[in-house]
Amino acid sequence: MFRRAMWKTLGFVGYTVQYGCIAHCAFEYIGEFVVCSGPSMEPTIVNHDIVFSERMSRHLCRIQKGDVVVAKSPFDPNMNICKRVIGLEGDKICTSMTSDLFKTHTYVPKGHIWLEGDNLRNSTDSRNYGPIPYALIRGRVCLKLWPPNNFGSLNESPTGRIIKTEKD
Amino acid sequence: MAQQATSRWRYIRAFASGLFVAVPITVTVLDRVAYVARVEGASMQVEFQHHLLTDRQSRDTFRHNVRNYEVQRGDIVSMLSPKNPQQKIIKRVIGLEGDFIRTLHYKNRYVRVPGGHLWVEGDHHGHSLDSNSFGPVSVGLIHGRASHIIWPPNRWQQIKPSLPPNRGPVDCEEEEEDG
Repeated sequence: MFRRAMWKTLGFVGYTVQYGCIAHCAFEYIGEFVVCSGPSMEPTIVNHDIVFSERMSRHLCRIQKGDVVVAKSPFDPNMNICKRVIGLEGDKICTSMTSDLFKTHTYVPKGHIWLEGDNLRNSTDSRNYGPIPYALIRGRVCLKLWPPNNFGSLNESPTGRIIKTEKD
Repeated sequence: MAQQATSRWRYIRAFASGLFVAVPITVTVLDRVAYVARVEGASMQVEFQHHLLTDRQSRDTFRHNVRNYEVQRGDIVSMLSPKNPQQKIIKRVIGLEGDFIRTLHYKNRYVRVPGGHLWVEGDHHGHSLDSNSFGPVSVGLIHGRASHIIWPPNRWQQIKPSLPPNRGPVDCEEEEEDG
């Protein structure tokens, strides 16, 4: 009787470990669900939207300009930020406001990306802290799941900050 | 003949189900608990040119500890290189956030490490691609702390945090003396 109960417990623990590990692998290598908060990505993603972020393109280094990514904040590793990729390594970025008379430019260094929110007036992003390392990216947002009337892929950048190079 | 085919089929099925159990568990252990990192190149001391057991569990505590100032200077950490996201680098923590560091050949002579960042250096100055070339690094890039040397077996030991002599944060008094 006792032995049977023990075997049952062991089997249960084994299944828990196994499925926990499978879940970990799925979240780590396929994708995860993220609840976004904050106004920085309006109107593409509004507060409390649920999005699905896939991890494969980060592992395969296939992040492109215009993608919305979830990344770790460079100043607080426990916090995630959700922004749009404006420039990849080697790109020239205009850092001045549109109202400024003189335009200032900067180049994104090797292994880094330039992130900006879609809500340019209410977003803390690379314009404040500069380019961030590519390795801080956690995943690419590919689907909006909630609210249901907005289900589907994300819109293009409304800000027109992405400068197309001639190579494209 | 048919019996042989069934036994082969059973063998394949057992193998597949075993794989289905083993692969996720292995990946999870490597991601969450510990993994073995091989140290190459001249950036750390000769004594570290071996296999290190890298403790992943401490990664999460590490992240929290950095905010509580419990990470020790002198710990050896494994992190993703900010220059090349596919490369892992193993360096020693010299300064935590808020520390004032005297740099070796960085563009500024003195640097204050910003919040959420660390100053890391290899033990072999000059042969190492470290904070002296790319500046303070974000804590989010760290994914493990080296806890043991496991290869070669005669050098099996726990790694204790130790700062190289005359490296580390500059104290206020020293600063005044320099000035």
